[in-house]
Amino acid sequence: MDQIEKTKTEEQSKVHSNGQSSKGKRLDVMKTYKLFIDGKFPRTESGRYYVLNNSEGELLANICQSSRKDFREAIVAARKAQHGWASKSAYNKGQILYRIAEMLESRRAQFIDELISQGYSSASAQAEVNLSVDRLVYYAGWSDKYQQVFSSVNPVESSHFNFSVPEPTGVVAILSPEEYGLIGIISAIAPAIVGGNTVVILASAEKPLSSITFAEVLHSSDVPAGVVNILTGYRSELLPHFANHMDVNAVVYCGNNAAEITSIQELASLNVKRPLIYTENNWMKEESQNPYRIMDLQEIKTTWHPIGQ
Amino acid sequence: MKKGVTKKDDRKIKFDSVKGSKSLGESWEYAPAPESKDHVRLEKKYDLFIDGKFVSPSSGKYFDSINPATEGKLSEIAEANAKDVDKAVQAARNAYNGVWGKMAGKERAKYIYRIARIMQERARELAVIESMDGGKPIRESRDIDIPLAAARFFYYAGWADKIDYAVPGAKANSLGVAGQIIPWNFPLLMAAWKIAPALAAGNTVVLKPAETTSLTALKLAEIIREADLPPGVVNIITGAGATGAALVNHPDINKIAFTGSTDVGKIIQKAIAGTKKKYTLELGGKAANIIFEDAAIDQAVEGIINGIFFNQGHVCCAGSRLFVQESVAKTVIRKLKDRMETLIVGDPLDKNTDIGAINSKDQLEKIKKYIKIGVNEGGEMYQANCPIPSKGFFYRPTLFTNVSQSSRIVSEEIFGPVLAIQTFRTVEEVIEKANNIPYGLSGGVWTDKGSKIFKVTSQLRAGVIWANTYNKFDPTSPFGGYKESGVGREGGLHGLMPYLTIQN
Repeated sequence: MDQIEKTKTEEQSKVHSNGQSSKGKRLDVMKTYKLFIDGKFPRTESGRYYVLNNSEGELLANICQSSRKDFREAIVAARKAQHGWASKSAYNKGQILYRIAEMLESRRAQFIDELISQGYSSASAQAEVNLSVDRLVYYAGWSDKYQQVFSSVNPVESSHFNFSVPEPTGVVAILSPEEYGLIGIISAIAPAIVGGNTVVILASAEKPLSSITFAEVLHSSDVPAGVVNILTGYRSELLPHFANHMDVNAVVYCGNNAAEITSIQELASLNVKRPLIYTENNWMKEESQNPYRIMDLQEIKTTWHPIGQ
Repeated sequence: MKKGVTKKDDRKIKFDSVKGSKSLGESWEYAPAPESKDHVRLEKKYDLFIDGKFVSPSSGKYFDSINPATEGKLSEIAEANAKDVDKAVQAARNAYNGVWGKMAGKERAKYIYRIARIMQERARELAVIESMDGGKPIRESRDIDIPLAAARFFYYAGWADKIDYAVPGAKANSLGVAGQIIPWNFPLLMAAWKIAPALAAGNTVVLKPAETTSLTALKLAEIIREADLPPGVVNIITGAGATGAALVNHPDINKIAFTGSTDVGKIIQKAIAGTKKKYTLELGGKAANIIFEDAAIDQAVEGIINGIFFNQGHVCCAGSRLFVQESVAKTVIRKLKDRMETLIVGDPLDKNTDIGAINSKDQLEKIKKYIKIGVNEGGEMYQANCPIPSKGFFYRPTLFTNVSQSSRIVSEEIFGPVLAIQTFRTVEEVIEKANNIPYGLSGGVWTDKGSKIFKVTSQLRAGVIWANTYNKFDPTSPFGGYKESGVGREGGLHGLMPYLTIQN
């Protein structure tokens, strides 16, 4: 990834400074980065953290190192929220996704600064935030259209009315792309929730800050509690739990590690989870957004009814 | 709480109040009406169908295929080992690279149409063999299995040159070689479900039928040869679990399509982890069939009977959990018992037979095991009074009341003519109960109130829902499960997707 741009002052490039304030200079108020579970911002129950530094070795934040228990609690929240979220009208879900885009747009500067603090160049940070907003708008628009494109009325031979429609797979556990600070989680969350699923997503361990800040965006966008739950921590520790939890319907893995992919696919078989593996290296491309990503997390339901008296 | 069997004499419902009149089941006696077997040709033994030829298995081993209704031997079937599987996969690969993968869609279509037509021509022969080999009533193989199998080829044939229309905004390509493993409950129909979309999408096939029901798949091999399909496009190898495992684990397979139990499905899903193999799994079920007080009760009773006793209950989507609204429970259960008394269990080749033979001795033992479990758990059992043949594998239509959500006969798939009945009061309660199970293949709802139908059908977590009907199938209609009942769909437009790669 890009190196920090030196054009920014140190003060601007950091999310917060933990140094002593010199005379006449205002002391920064530092943000505590926490998890996002069931619409709240708890710390990890484990009390563990890892240190996130910038490329100069200065502290950016102490990041929650989520445990299996945090994950399980997040799944409980996601399950509780799923039926209600899926029952909202397509129009309503579309407006909520659009609202997320609006909220993200209004906080562009904050996200750009935060990405820069984690090593992005100014240009790449701007491009990523812009595309993130646009990708949310893109999926918002699909909310009331993918059903029409991918459903069918089936001309059965017998005297029945028969139709097939997509329905959400349910609760989705996602390991988001490790290399991206923002577009990764947006690209993974949006197609899942626009289709009525609820998600638990693990942020990039290297670049976790904007995922938690994005939770604040979700929090102010009429997204019901539990629809999106965001954890921070280590992929290696949490991956088995994401794949073997018996109340998860699909597990999405973004990455290229062959051993991790095998592990996900093996553990998914415990309850016939749908394992979805996205191996692209570049999530900024047009190909990373399409309605087939929505359909990856849908089930087709077929209903029959006699035609008669 | 009374344990065990209801005394049969307690409930000999009289249909006529006149003293001394007979019950319905007793009063209607049918003369035997067996379908003739004269036109059926069965070889003494069957080899493997690889690369367009019948070849003997490399092990030299054959196993017996018996008629479950008579326990008599029908033929000997070759047992394919890993070496034979490899040969079949290679033949399929060569046919894919050399011919089928490059052939214009409209040409592929014509081959598939040919298969459909020859199946129709040979429908009677196929139906009789299906009933002899698998035990299902001739009425079902004649009117359902075989016509639907031919229709499946006819339907997918037409897709072969229209694939681009199946993937809006994208391009689609074939996958390569598909390894397909099918069950014994609808032998030829399942072969058609698997082979037709695979060929239409431009893939080649290695298919393994179930070891108790190989005959119609081998007849299909004859038909494929008659249709002059290029050698290797379809290969049919016979054998049991080990043969299937060799197919699943073969490195040169691009896709696995499996229909069978959830246990085996999980093993397959795990076995192919870390490979690039795509898969569809069509697994077990324990469908809720829900009848509300405002249903057309007689029509619903008919549907419930069909839902559980169709094909001896050897149906993954069987309506094996009945939920009856409390206010009509007494009436519905009485009517079900009455209707059960009229079912004729016996010779699968007799056109009067409603319930044929249980497919195998193993399956019969499994059913009996579950019956014991049900009785031991405190369930109240009722069995139809009908006579059953002394030879062969038969079982009486059975229902259980006084069972709960936690009973094993309520939560586990039995795959036999056994119905477990629970009651409910509200819509919310029954939806909760119906969904509270790892399976999600199918479901049924009976009510005359339209808005209630949509409420229930939209909230049941299952892939196929029948409202005021049950156990209907059609080539254009997608079929497949939610949750542990499987992954992917078969049938219709959606059934084409699992045989394609989609490029955006």
